Amino acid sequence: MSDISATDRTYEANMGDYFALLKPRVMSLVVFTGLVGLLVAPVPVHPFIGFVAILCIAVGAGASGALNMWWDADIDARMKRTAGRPIPSGRVQPGEALGIGLALSGFSVVLLALATNFLAAFLLFFTIFFYAVIYSMWLKRATPQNIVIGGAAGAFPPMIGWAVATGSVSIESILMFALIFMWTPPHFWALALFVKSDYGRAGVPMLTETHGRDVTRKHVIVYTLLLVPVAIGLGFTSIGGPVYLAVAVIMNAWFLKGAYDIWTRTDADCEADKHKVEIKVFKVSLYYLFAHFGALLIEAALRLYGIGGW
Amino acid sequence: MTIQVEHEIHERRKGRNYGVGLLLAGFIAIIFGLTVVKVLQLGDVAQFEKFDHVARPQIIPEEGAGE
Repeated sequence: MSDISATDRTYEANMGDYFALLKPRVMSLVVFTGLVGLLVAPVPVHPFIGFVAILCIAVGAGASGALNMWWDADIDARMKRTAGRPIPSGRVQPGEALGIGLALSGFSVVLLALATNFLAAFLLFFTIFFYAVIYSMWLKRATPQNIVIGGAAGAFPPMIGWAVATGSVSIESILMFALIFMWTPPHFWALALFVKSDYGRAGVPMLTETHGRDVTRKHVIVYTLLLVPVAIGLGFTSIGGPVYLAVAVIMNAWFLKGAYDIWTRTDADCEADKHKVEIKVFKVSLYYLFAHFGALLIEAALRLYGIGGW
Repeated sequence: MTIQVEHEIHERRKGRNYGVGLLLAGFIAIIFGLTVVKVLQLGDVAQFEKFDHVARPQIIPEEGAGE
């Protein structure tokens, strides 16, 4: 051995490539909803412990993203949208992604347990397990309902945030979970209706391709109808209030109108206006989630001055 | 036969090495911060001794009062 020698790989992965494994955009939604779950809880949390808890939730979510990218590298390579991800583009080796995913999962769960409580840590562990194993390894390639059940993984963060503060699961945290869980299918299917996807080529069963666009439109309206009582119901719990309820009524009417418009359209309508309605409903769905959780935060802030809630 | 002090790999992996360094420093800061917060939350810092490796019954007021 005469010298330190590097491998022949011409590209050296940098921190940005490893960070991309954590799906930063998904992480931002997780941080926001997890933070709301923590802040609206009736038990105050020390700011530093709250910060560490949110960091653990974000890193745990990122770790599940890395495990997902490790498992789905073959699918990602075959789809235009995902072909540029770190593994299919060759910037990061699959083994590295697996190692980072497992290590960060372990760190985030153990640290959350030490910093807060075992229930919160268990929920974080279950979220990672659900996304990486139940969704990525099993459902995604098996059923067109993959997005429905898989959406649960994205719905856990506010429940974890609530558990960090209270050490328990209650009707409020279950309804926050249900809000994201029921919102995910219409949100995703609105996107699937206007994005020209290559899921079929990658062998992933997506509702638009397995059952057609008409069935997908029906699914959008049905799931939106199921979402409305959850969103309104949350307004009558201890974390709801007049501000939340007003926001919920307006946003649900808006979303429902959009879902109805999608339901009544045909492929010819979509071609004629280049999916104008679907694109609009997708945007509304983003405002929808942000507005609901933002309103919960406003209620919590008002409660500090004795004017929030019922 | 000696390992060169300066090697091109040092330059090439500089960003990564600094990144790992920052992550480790952040991790230490988090553990230290958590320790400070947890100890202060005990109220009476002497209570911290209860978690020592040696049993100290005299610092538990009820049991230590009669001694």
